[in-house]
Amino acid sequence: MKTLYEPWPWYIAGPVIGITAAVLLYIGNKRLGVSSTLRHICAACLPSSGIPLFGYDWRKELWSLFFITGIILGGFIGGYLLADPLPVNISSDTSDYLRSKGVDVEKGGLLPAALFSWENLASPQGLLLIVAGGFLVGFGTRYAQGCTSGHGIFGLATFQWPSLVATVSFFAGGILFSHFVLPWILTL
Amino acid sequence: MRNVLYLLTGVLFGIALTKGEAISWFRIQEMFHFDSFHMYGIFMTAVPVAALSIFTMRKLQKRTLDGDLIQIPDKKFHRGIIPGSLIFGFGWALTGACPGPIYAQIGSGYSVSIVTLLAALAGTWTYGVLQKYLG
Repeated sequence: MKTLYEPWPWYIAGPVIGITAAVLLYIGNKRLGVSSTLRHICAACLPSSGIPLFGYDWRKELWSLFFITGIILGGFIGGYLLADPLPVNISSDTSDYLRSKGVDVEKGGLLPAALFSWENLASPQGLLLIVAGGFLVGFGTRYAQGCTSGHGIFGLATFQWPSLVATVSFFAGGILFSHFVLPWILTL
Repeated sequence: MRNVLYLLTGVLFGIALTKGEAISWFRIQEMFHFDSFHMYGIFMTAVPVAALSIFTMRKLQKRTLDGDLIQIPDKKFHRGIIPGSLIFGFGWALTGACPGPIYAQIGSGYSVSIVTLLAALAGTWTYGVLQKYLG
């Protein structure tokens, strides 16, 4: 790390992410998991919906809303104040592939700006990538009762075999869509 | 105030996700195409570091700030794990973001990720409505 703007190598980012799982337990027996906050926000916004999934006192889970507020702030510090001006240094195989599908890989930024923008939101691509994609993330994580953090990191680190099944499954789903569905969306 | 500590832990988690580029759509496509070790390196260091530190805390019977012993309830297998995780994986490939990174993308200034978050909330709510049919 020569400057604060440079991205972190995996051997720095990974251990820091791992440590947070232990820190949350140490502070107050909290288990790392982010997708549950989507449920808590639904429960807070729709208090008397009559849906069993949201019929609990979300105030008891207030800590996790502080945690995600921290993630937003962390994103602001790492991705805005200390934003890396250079494009993400992905492998040439990936950049050649994405370029062949019409994605601008030279522009810089963590997301391809032409796809993930307000201007593109109402296009078929924007609707599929942002709206349908987000919907699948929210639906699937609740159905599976966890996401990359709760199953993929916390669950695996505490040797919970259902989390291993979950992790293998979400990688399988991602590989399938990245190879076979995304290319079709990118050529729309 | 414990909540400030949770917030600060979130800041650390968010900076690591962002600076590690785990919130990058480009990195996620690269990962699913097995073109680089980067994302796998993050997982393969995060999991053992978490496992070792949690194991050590429990071995030493380290107590939480409230003086409680550390408790980790078992996650039970249920029939939603496989279909739910597959569906989540589909969305992860499209948005390039799992739930943590959605928040970090918003903080990084990608304001359109607010729509990703709203869509994810709609997805979670829809699961709540359909739960009695899906089990």
